[in-house]
Amino acid sequence: MTLPREILLDGYRRMRAIREFDDRMRREFEAGTVPGFIHLYIGQEAVAAGACIHLNDSDYIGSTHRGHGHCIAKGCDIGDMLLEIYCKQDGLCKGKGGSMHIADMEKGMLGANAIVGAAPPIAVGAALTARTLDNKGVAMSFIGDGASNQGTVFEALNLASILKLPMIFMYENNGYAEFTGTSYHLGGDIAGRAGAFDMPAEKVDGTDFFAVYEAVGKAVERGRAGEGPSAIEAIAPRWFGHYEGDPQAYRSKEELADLRNTSDPLLRFRERVLADGQLGADEMDAIDAEVRADIDDKVAVAKTAPKPPAEALYEDVYISY
Amino acid sequence: MSTSAIEESVASSNLTLRDAINQTLAQEMRRDPTVIVLGEDVVGGRGGTSDVEEAAGGTFGVTAGLAEEFGLRRVIDTPITESAIIGAAAGAALTGLRPVAELMFIDFIGVCLDQIMNQIAKFRYMFGGKARTPLTIRTMVGAGLGAGPQHSQALYPFLSSIPGLKVALPSNPYDAKGLLAQAIRDDDPVIFCEHKALYNDTADVPDGEYLIPFGEAAVTREGSDITVVALSRMVNLANEAADRLAKDGVSVEVIDPRTTSPLDMDTIYDSVGKTGRLVTVDESNPVCSMASEIASAVACEAFEYLRTPIVKVTAPHTPVPATPHLEQAYVPSTERIERSIRRALMDY
Repeated sequence: MTLPREILLDGYRRMRAIREFDDRMRREFEAGTVPGFIHLYIGQEAVAAGACIHLNDSDYIGSTHRGHGHCIAKGCDIGDMLLEIYCKQDGLCKGKGGSMHIADMEKGMLGANAIVGAAPPIAVGAALTARTLDNKGVAMSFIGDGASNQGTVFEALNLASILKLPMIFMYENNGYAEFTGTSYHLGGDIAGRAGAFDMPAEKVDGTDFFAVYEAVGKAVERGRAGEGPSAIEAIAPRWFGHYEGDPQAYRSKEELADLRNTSDPLLRFRERVLADGQLGADEMDAIDAEVRADIDDKVAVAKTAPKPPAEALYEDVYISY
Repeated sequence: MSTSAIEESVASSNLTLRDAINQTLAQEMRRDPTVIVLGEDVVGGRGGTSDVEEAAGGTFGVTAGLAEEFGLRRVIDTPITESAIIGAAAGAALTGLRPVAELMFIDFIGVCLDQIMNQIAKFRYMFGGKARTPLTIRTMVGAGLGAGPQHSQALYPFLSSIPGLKVALPSNPYDAKGLLAQAIRDDDPVIFCEHKALYNDTADVPDGEYLIPFGEAAVTREGSDITVVALSRMVNLANEAADRLAKDGVSVEVIDPRTTSPLDMDTIYDSVGKTGRLVTVDESNPVCSMASEIASAVACEAFEYLRTPIVKVTAPHTPVPATPHLEQAYVPSTERIERSIRRALMDY
């Protein structure tokens, strides 16, 4: 598969931004500057980037507690995301959502979600809006292997199937539901289960940007054409713990060490485009430097930005009451 | 205004509560193409072997005829899938529609509570005031039809305690129409609780559109000796009890809050200021009931008005039994309300 240069550059930039962002969040969390819990997306960058690159602002995604990558890939402003993670008043959610609830209605980002399995029915509703307004929009829900066992996901699959909604079930199998591996928690197979709901369901290597790009492209096209939902299971190991600070006693040292060699979506992307001569190392290095400098600047801004005022506690419960 | 215009503005029909809701849904769907209705058997009969186009129109016929007028793209039969019904309604509301989702019986909330409590109620706050969820969840509440423990509960009090939700409880066809129109046009999520034993009650209902604002109680009967605050079906029983007491010269004021979130306490304080006595009547279980909440608010904020202790009338701390005579004992009756009012009137 050969992709246009602008797609390659865009995809690489999105992946690098996610990697830099979450690696910086990891270090900041260790340093104790970030409030609350954070869940790192590192290792899964190709999934969010390869999927969201097919979507417009008028398409919708539902996300998860591990949502930083989805937000960045869907086009949320990195500075506004950082302000939110630092719970500052100018954050995307005025500082009251935090890492697990980043949302941006203008970008079609219907929220990271701290309830595992809650987003798919909501995304199905967004797909219902697209069908009702007949605007050729699509909705996508990211679903972890842990969430794949929730009843809500099966209800969402069934409703999307019978109503033939423009919906993409974007599974991310990262190997673990919190501290429990798929070999224990998963009965059967994620793509196989989704396929049983009378929709195309494909399993792809989630560390391969090209594989994700191709599979999601077909699913989005099918949705826009009014042909109904699709499911994709992208397999991409989680590099870090369930939450930052998780000592990962359940994973062997060998498994963790191997990840950087065998499951680095950025490395794989670089090797491939360099081998094919599609992009030069210098242009990717330039993106790396730009992304890093941008995040440096925006973290500094977020740390010193004003906190929400005391009265914010009482605001935005209702539109009118 | 010409005579004919006045006549038009007051034209009304004698409608059941069921038909008042049906008429409101149709009127709101006509005025706003983003209003959709979804739920189990709101049309009815998809996938059956007869060629009947609309086999049900809701289990109690409340949505009858809507599919015929508005089509199956706007009146959407769903599987039995409450999490997906409510979740999809949430997502549709976030993205530009104004869905009316049916949660057939409020007892089914257990299988979709996350969507109501953690998602719908919190979107606006946790997304920094940038999300709108104009969503109405119609649901049936209440005992009296022998439907048993899982189809008869009055679970609105705990929903009223969740910030971000509004809760409406019409006690008659007129209020049902005005409150439902307000619920559908409201930009916040509303739980609209229809008492299943009220569907056949009738009243004059204006044919045209009108709204009843939330947080405005109705004084359904003025009186001077005692204030009775009652909700949903209990309003009727409280008024019956007041009729009986009137024969003994007791003047009872009956207040129907109509919405429990927001809750119009000012009307209640003013009334208790006048009467000095309060009885609260609620078909819910007693602990954390609306009867308790209203009593507590008056005790905390208007204690000086009270001449006698507040009396609460609620269901007991039990599930709703299917057994008809036990169910009858479960639900507060006109007799119990009358006795409670008499107790509250005793001098201390």
